Amino acid sequence: MAANRDVLLGLVEEFVSGQQDSKAAETATGVKTGQFTVLELVEALGLSLTSPEPQTRGRGVQLLSLVLQECYANLSESEVEVLIAFYENRLKDHYAITPHVLQGINALTKCTLPSGLSISILRSLFQDVHVQSLMLKERSCVYNILINLMASQEEELKGLGADFVFGFVQAMDGERDPRNLLLAFQIAHSIIYRGYELGKFTEELFEVTSCYFPIDFTPPPNDPHGITQEDLIMSLRAVLTGTPRFAEYLLPLIIEKIDSDVQSAKLDSLQTLTACTAVYTHKDLAEFLSGLWTSLRREVFQTASEKVETASLSSLKALAACLSRSVQKSDSDDALQSFLDLVLTDCKHHLCEPDLKLVWPSAKILQAVASASYRASHKITGAVVPVLLEQYKNSTQCAQRRTLLEVVQGFVQPVQSSLPGEGDESVLSGFQEPLCSLVFSALCESSTGLQVTATRVLTALGQQPGLLSVPDVELAADHLTRLVLEEEESEVCSAVLECSGSLARLFPTAFVSKMIPKLKEEIFSEPMEQGESNAPKQAHSQQAVRQRCLKTLAAVSSKASVAQESAPILLEVLSSAHSGSCSFSLEEVVSACHSLQRIAAQAQDTEDVGRFFHDIIIPRLLGLAVQAALHGEGEGARNSPLTEESVLFSLVLVMSTACGRLQSQLAILTASRAVSLFLDGDVSFLPENDLPSPLQLLKKQSEAWRQSQLVCLLMACVCSMPRSVEIPQIDRLFCELEELSCTCTHPFAYTSAAKCFAGLVNKRPGGEELDSMLERTMKRISSELDCASSSFRVQAFTLLLWVTKALLIRYHPLSTVLTDKLFSLLKDSELSGAAANGFSLIMSDTEDVLNRACHADLRIMYRQRFFTENSAKLFQGFNSAEKDRKSGYLKALSHIVNHLPRQVQITELPALLPLLLEALSCTEQGVQLSTLSCLHPILTDPPPALTPHLDSLVSHLLALTTSTVMNVRIASLRCLHALSRLPEHMLLPFRARVIRALAVPLDDKKRLVRKEAVLARAEWFLLGSPGR
Amino acid sequence: MSGGTHLDNANPVIYQRSGERVLTVEEEDEDIVDPIDDREIFVTLEDLNVVEQMRVNVDDQGSTVSVEFTPTIPHCSMATLIGLSIKVKLLRSLPNRFKIDVHITPGTHASEDAVNKQLADKERVAAALENSQLLEVVNQCLAAKI
Repeated sequence: MAANRDVLLGLVEEFVSGQQDSKAAETATGVKTGQFTVLELVEALGLSLTSPEPQTRGRGVQLLSLVLQECYANLSESEVEVLIAFYENRLKDHYAITPHVLQGINALTKCTLPSGLSISILRSLFQDVHVQSLMLKERSCVYNILINLMASQEEELKGLGADFVFGFVQAMDGERDPRNLLLAFQIAHSIIYRGYELGKFTEELFEVTSCYFPIDFTPPPNDPHGITQEDLIMSLRAVLTGTPRFAEYLLPLIIEKIDSDVQSAKLDSLQTLTACTAVYTHKDLAEFLSGLWTSLRREVFQTASEKVETASLSSLKALAACLSRSVQKSDSDDALQSFLDLVLTDCKHHLCEPDLKLVWPSAKILQAVASASYRASHKITGAVVPVLLEQYKNSTQCAQRRTLLEVVQGFVQPVQSSLPGEGDESVLSGFQEPLCSLVFSALCESSTGLQVTATRVLTALGQQPGLLSVPDVELAADHLTRLVLEEEESEVCSAVLECSGSLARLFPTAFVSKMIPKLKEEIFSEPMEQGESNAPKQAHSQQAVRQRCLKTLAAVSSKASVAQESAPILLEVLSSAHSGSCSFSLEEVVSACHSLQRIAAQAQDTEDVGRFFHDIIIPRLLGLAVQAALHGEGEGARNSPLTEESVLFSLVLVMSTACGRLQSQLAILTASRAVSLFLDGDVSFLPENDLPSPLQLLKKQSEAWRQSQLVCLLMACVCSMPRSVEIPQIDRLFCELEELSCTCTHPFAYTSAAKCFAGLVNKRPGGEELDSMLERTMKRISSELDCASSSFRVQAFTLLLWVTKALLIRYHPLSTVLTDKLFSLLKDSELSGAAANGFSLIMSDTEDVLNRACHADLRIMYRQRFFTENSAKLFQGFNSAEKDRKSGYLKALSHIVNHLPRQVQITELPALLPLLLEALSCTEQGVQLSTLSCLHPILTDPPPALTPHLDSLVSHLLALTTSTVMNVRIASLRCLHALSRLPEHMLLPFRARVIRALAVPLDDKKRLVRKEAVLARAEWFLLGSPGR
Repeated sequence: MSGGTHLDNANPVIYQRSGERVLTVEEEDEDIVDPIDDREIFVTLEDLNVVEQMRVNVDDQGSTVSVEFTPTIPHCSMATLIGLSIKVKLLRSLPNRFKIDVHITPGTHASEDAVNKQLADKERVAAALENSQLLEVVNQCLAAKI
């Protein structure tokens, strides 16, 4: 024990007289480990605490405080009591000691205090310390003491009554440091929210905080504390808007600050106003409403800033919402009514003025206020809509009518907060008839703008229950049908499509009865007799009408009931195109397929539509395709469009979209049907099964490429199923597919077989079975590839490419071997080009297979992983390659980098840049284009690694502006344009040269090139000159 | 263009722009030459009907461009500046071979002749662009909207 005592005395001595600060930590550890107690420490300190030298006393207190900061948790209640009495006493001591005393008290307030102590601490604190004459750190200490006490001793502090608030107000009055302000605001916020008594000091508390409003604070550069203006604004706003008792002071202040010239002050005031309406009632607002309205109106009518306008509008909405919330008494005026009257008197007349100057700001205000509540919208809409209808009737100019219709649209658009409650009817129900007739008359106008706006109003009307009666909907469907058939303007067409889509979702029967029959009639109407001089033009427009009809059929078919009517029409298009009974161009057949795909993709009630596709559409499509393939075999037979690659490709998309969405039961059935059709020639489920049997679709037949290419439809069926669906006879399937893909001579057929193979491999669970199968396939591929004279090398390469992709995206370990094989092919004389392009395929998403919609096993980061694993090999290969083989590597590199996420591109740039620059000088245009397109996004936010290469980059880009290929010229000009955003000092050396060189493409023969040249050159002119 | 605190025309009528040109099939074809025509002149001032397409004449063969612009009001104090900006923009955007002529639409400005004379004088245009303050204002007018 004695030894401990001596150690302690030594420590104290060294800290107090020896001025060694590190001893405090040692003492604290001693106390924590139980080597000595706090009592012993105080005893040991004895002399220094009573020394006549304030310096020594200060040191003594400091040591005690430092130790207490570490060990406050171990103190007993009586120890705390004694220590606090001591510290309170020390507050009266020399000013040099005060900081250490405050630290000690701060530490002690973290313990549980015996009752009565917190009050006495506060009293001496408020009495003996003048907070604002302390240093920054000590002030923060005082705030922390308050925060600690408020957290643990709330009841006792409330017993102090308003004195506590007064003490706090005095303490923070004049605070300037943002860090301390955050603490002070936090205290004020708790005072308000925890219900401390403000008493007669409400105004004082408001004054002491509101003097910072609106906050203007710019953090110093490299700010270590990370306090932003936003933090301060939010915490001050929480204080100011915390209680309605501040209303009488806050609202005048807000009105004053909205008038400020500083935009941030305006915005802050407006947002604060919006925030405080959440707790205010109409009584708090009543007195200031007219003042607020004047300011807000001025902001909306006169502002140049969109932000201020939006903030003002949301304040207006918040005000109206607040007024609508309050319960009204029978004897007082309705505050909402009088406010709305105010708004209406000032805004309504602008809607009637003939020149429509302030119509938009007024309309925005009215719409904002109306959106606040049902009551508000009832009153505003009731007053405004008749005026608008009248005004529309009287105006003759198209532009004015359009403006008015757009305003009407704003009032018709349903807003969540002002929807009618249960049992109330829509605010517009009184105007149903005039509104409908307005819309229909606008739809008949010739002006594009009017028609587009009218479709939007129609959509909005449809979304609110009870605003469109059944005859109205039917009339609307008629109008829309007419527009589909007659209107050529693309803007109107897309608006009509959108409107039809959303109305058909709500009123399917009207569209089934009114629109679909007419569209069908139009699609199957034969082209007019030719021979007139304007025939080509007419034929062209008729094709356009057909295209629109096909698109519209898809757009309206989101409900099963509509889809069951529209999809058969599309099927009929395909079958009559196949039979030749009605002439359809190839594009029309393709867009019929697109429409079918859209129907499958957008189906809302998936189950019904899925069953419909499973029962009818998929068998019919397969049947048609098989028939077309068989018919095409005969000599001199008419070529059915269903044997064309483009049509087959879009059929694949239809079937894979539909199959990907099937329920598992139906999916299993479809998969087994498809497999037995292709493997065994089982045609029993096809609707026209008068087919010659046995069918052998997968067997290689030298002349029957029409049958072989149908393998793409097998792919569509079996590769898009969820992974849980087991594919029957899969081993046989693999064998046949491998055979077909390696030996077929028709490119579309062997590629499709390879894709199908890959799609199945991707989903096959890992394990020995898969590995041995892959090994077998790899052996075959390698032997084909290694045999230079083989005529099936391209086929083997295609299979290799797709299998690599399938394994790569699921992180299968074998994928590395396959990638290495691909890399080695870059040296191959015959296949190097194809191999380089293959990397583009591996890195990009494919539309028909191995994507997410097909439920493929696709890891998100596979591109990054591929790059990190293989970039070194690529660089190495490039460096070691012979001169004429280098371009293959560059091409592969630019394809790979092009598909990487931007973040990765930027981090990898330092290593890549030299190679990319080399790729720019490569003579192949595809490489140039691909490199430029991967450089462009990097240049818009250039990393520092670019600096050393800037000179050669600029030279390369300038050289490419005179390339023979238009797209290369455009891309290089875009890169030069992007470069102009670099820091000026880097670019100025090149300015003159670039400006001179860009004069050449200004006179390019293509307008699109000239356009880019003008943009780029203008930016380079502005570099380094004033006024940029 | 914040000359003084008082605005000449605080609430101008805004006209609809003719908008971006529709891309045609021919323009995507590499081998067809697109001639430079009236439509290719910039449309920044078009909003205010200061410059209209019908008042722009381009002769690609003869390498001349003539632009007539219409100040918003007859006493527009900015007419010279607008003219100068148009001229500078054209100098930067057109091939060197073009001769550029910018003038006020006859009968739309009080001191039409004086402004036209200033704009036609090569020396004075060059001198004006030496003046860094003036160049700053012109550049501000021409800087791309971000």
